[in-house]
Amino acid sequence: MNIFSFGNIIIYIDRFIKFINSIFFVILIVGLSFALIISPIDYLQGDTVRIMYVHVPSAWIGLSIFSIIAISTILNYVFKIKNLFLLLKSLAPIGLLFTGLSIVTGSLWGKPTWGTWWAWDARLTSMLVLMLFYVLFILSLKYLKDKENLPKILSAISILGVINIPIIKYSVEWWSTLHQPASIKFLGTSSIHYSMLIPLFLMLLVLLLYCALIFLMKYKTEIIKIKKQNIKRL
Amino acid sequence: MLTKKIKTRLFFLLSVIFITLLFLTFIYLSLKKNILYFKTPSEIFIFDEIKSNSKIRVGGMVKKDSIQQNNKEIKFILTDYKKELIVVYNGAVPNLFSEERGAVVEGKLNDKSYLIADRILAKHDENYMPPEMKKILENAK
Repeated sequence: MNIFSFGNIIIYIDRFIKFINSIFFVILIVGLSFALIISPIDYLQGDTVRIMYVHVPSAWIGLSIFSIIAISTILNYVFKIKNLFLLLKSLAPIGLLFTGLSIVTGSLWGKPTWGTWWAWDARLTSMLVLMLFYVLFILSLKYLKDKENLPKILSAISILGVINIPIIKYSVEWWSTLHQPASIKFLGTSSIHYSMLIPLFLMLLVLLLYCALIFLMKYKTEIIKIKKQNIKRL
Repeated sequence: MLTKKIKTRLFFLLSVIFITLLFLTFIYLSLKKNILYFKTPSEIFIFDEIKSNSKIRVGGMVKKDSIQQNNKEIKFILTDYKKELIVVYNGAVPNLFSEERGAVVEGKLNDKSYLIADRILAKHDENYMPPEMKKILENAK
């Protein structure tokens, strides 16, 4: 029995969706109560710091989803793996959602802290460019009629876009920006107090589970669409 | 595994990457100066091409005990610990604007050490901690 055949995989997806549904709201409530009630206020920003618990995880998710999309687009183009095409088709809107969310929450945070909604500094501009790449990617997925050349065009877009990812990450170190440098580093100590790191990672978990839920539902829909097409062909 | 078709596709991808990098280098070289959101007071002092009366953004620390405020305007010294710049501004400052914190000012240079600002932004650093923690750190100093 092949678990990757379309008939079987739907059963597994359904089980997975049910599992996430059963734990999602519990973790959501725990995460929100940590982020909104239990965690302390910041010594400088006060309650505004709570915006960070949504802003930072959604920016991370936006960046990592684009990287996944770029890799799978290229692999799909070179080796013609059908499943990867479905994967990136279902991931792209989620990435756009979270990139947009991080820009909106960032600007809500910027007004009380910096004194402006928006500044054309390197970090903010490169993040906006990432969002435009998502939009371009999704529009070409949706409206390009030339299905044969679609993987070629998509991989060109995603190469252009993926070069932007390290630029976003290091923009705050290479150039002088209004945006502060990263507080959490891969190596070394982070400059966020641990009582604020707990809600941050809890919210990351919540948002990741939400991503997984939406992704599985989209993926299932795409599989069902393909099945329907095959039925018509018969 | 690498058939001829796959090879042509890989070749296409590599050429896309190459062309993109080429374009990006050109864009970077031409934008090199504009990509910085602000200049520091010493950069203003060094560079001759920065004329007075031109619009400019300067970032630095607000010097300790330098803020003078009356009901019309606020005057303070912006420093990068090497050179100093006197800033005059009339209007409301952001909440986080205070002494010994980062700020970015936008306005016109009168001469190389005097700037009339029409916008002030507060810069936030990467440190996040609860108020009690800050007190402990200050006592330890």
